[in-house]
Amino acid sequence: MTTVAPRGAREETATAVTLRGASLRFGERTLWEGLDLDVSPGEFLAILGPNGSGKTTLLRVLLGLQPLHSGSVLVDGTPPARGSRAIGYIPQQKALPEDLTLRASDLVGLGLDGHRLGIGLRHRAERREKVRAALESVGATRYASAPVGRLSGGEQQRLRVAQALVGDPSVLLCDEPLLSLDLAHQRVVTELVEQRRRTAGTAVLFVTHEINPVLPLVDRVLYLVNGRFRIGTPDEVMTSGALSELYRTEVDVLRVRNRLVVVGAEAAH
Amino acid sequence: MMDLLDRLFTLDGTGQLLGLPFVQSALVAAALLGLVAGVLAPLIVARGMAFAVHGTAELAFTGGAAALLIGVSVSVGAVVGAVFAGLVFGLLGLRQRERDSVIGVVLAFGLGLGVLMISLYDGRAANKFGLLTGSIVSVDSTNLWVLTAVVLVVLAILAVVYRPLLFASTDPDVALARGVPTRLLSPLFAVLIALTTAIAVPIVGAVIVLAVTVIPGAAAARVTANPLTATLLAVAFAELALLGGTVLSLAPGLPISGYVATIAFLCYVGCRLVGRARGQVRVG
Repeated sequence: MTTVAPRGAREETATAVTLRGASLRFGERTLWEGLDLDVSPGEFLAILGPNGSGKTTLLRVLLGLQPLHSGSVLVDGTPPARGSRAIGYIPQQKALPEDLTLRASDLVGLGLDGHRLGIGLRHRAERREKVRAALESVGATRYASAPVGRLSGGEQQRLRVAQALVGDPSVLLCDEPLLSLDLAHQRVVTELVEQRRRTAGTAVLFVTHEINPVLPLVDRVLYLVNGRFRIGTPDEVMTSGALSELYRTEVDVLRVRNRLVVVGAEAAH
Repeated sequence: MMDLLDRLFTLDGTGQLLGLPFVQSALVAAALLGLVAGVLAPLIVARGMAFAVHGTAELAFTGGAAALLIGVSVSVGAVVGAVFAGLVFGLLGLRQRERDSVIGVVLAFGLGLGVLMISLYDGRAANKFGLLTGSIVSVDSTNLWVLTAVVLVVLAILAVVYRPLLFASTDPDVALARGVPTRLLSPLFAVLIALTTAIAVPIVGAVIVLAVTVIPGAAAARVTANPLTATLLAVAFAELALLGGTVLSLAPGLPISGYVATIAFLCYVGCRLVGRARGQVRVG
């Protein structure tokens, strides 16, 4: 794995995300505990696991929306804070209302400074330039002024990438961004994320229930199942032995033409 | 039939009436209301809060009716009722389904209570109907100051929170992830709606507050996706409806609500037609 020094990184922060003895509980239920994790700048970490295993909740912790039950967490060297500039966030593709009064460029612009107070009259030229560059980087210049609600799912998801990257983050959190996209658009979004990681050394934490579309890019996998977890390279984690242990049942991992097929995990939770 | 039309659409003496101080106060009030309603309308539409606005208006009516009955200022009663409703709707049920049923329940109860209190009131009948259908005579100089103050407060708050509010209204999931305090903004926005509704009820009446707080935004959204253009258009539509409605209602001496609602409705139909004609050419 090659790591590229991220822009604006301080000398003392060698990791993009650090978790130490982190645990998360809701009442009696433990989502995960004793989680130690270091994600390096430029690393691609896939976060896998069945529904309800706390994948999205982990992202919420990093976003500063959910405190840990115990342990510590650092993002880009500092504790998570709401609206942190260090983080870019790509959500699932969701249908937007057709008559939503936002253009593509507005959606991206909100990703830059939508959380700030005021009506945004200052620094308009600078803002416009950043939005333009972000739109260009994802190939969305052609529909910069189009209503977002009228764009296709794939086009909208390109904008989501631009919206997440316009603030120049050092950590990119992706919450199932490929869900409900066709294969061609899955590839486009994956390539855009990968391009960012290569050129800017942005760490990528990619929540997904389907590893194959990103398998060639994944450095390590964090696999969460019912409070247990396993961290390692895909070759270490995506094996029949490791997953059987996690799911506490017979799970088979088959390799078919560079794709992984996991059999038996669906019934186990 | 022609008699009826003559009665509805006449400008006989309108010029003279426009010179009267109370008419001028009414026009200023209409202009102020149009400004604030137009600015809020696109956000109300984006948040899917038309029904909440209706519920708030009915509760403003209940508050006004209660004030009438116990003999205090109707405007104060309307503000209290509307802000109460706004807070309830803002705090309860962020999910659409739950919110809709809560609004339905509160609205029905408030409306029933309001009608009961109106029936118990022995004063002038004009006061009773004024709350439901609106009346420009209700605007005197004191009210005008209150109205100006409310409009300034609402616009000042909007100037501070506009960007995060737009973000939270149009793209709630990412706004939350970016640290926008969406849970705080919901009740705040509900209070802004409540204040606007409360000043709108005596002028246009509880029944058609939607005509000035929702229709302009819904109409603008059919023809533009630019948030700034949508806001400017919504203000223009709201002003057209309110000022036009006031002027048209003068000579016939009828409540302004019908005129305001009709102009707003025509704006909406016009925008839909324009939007549809343009929609043939796919954007992007």
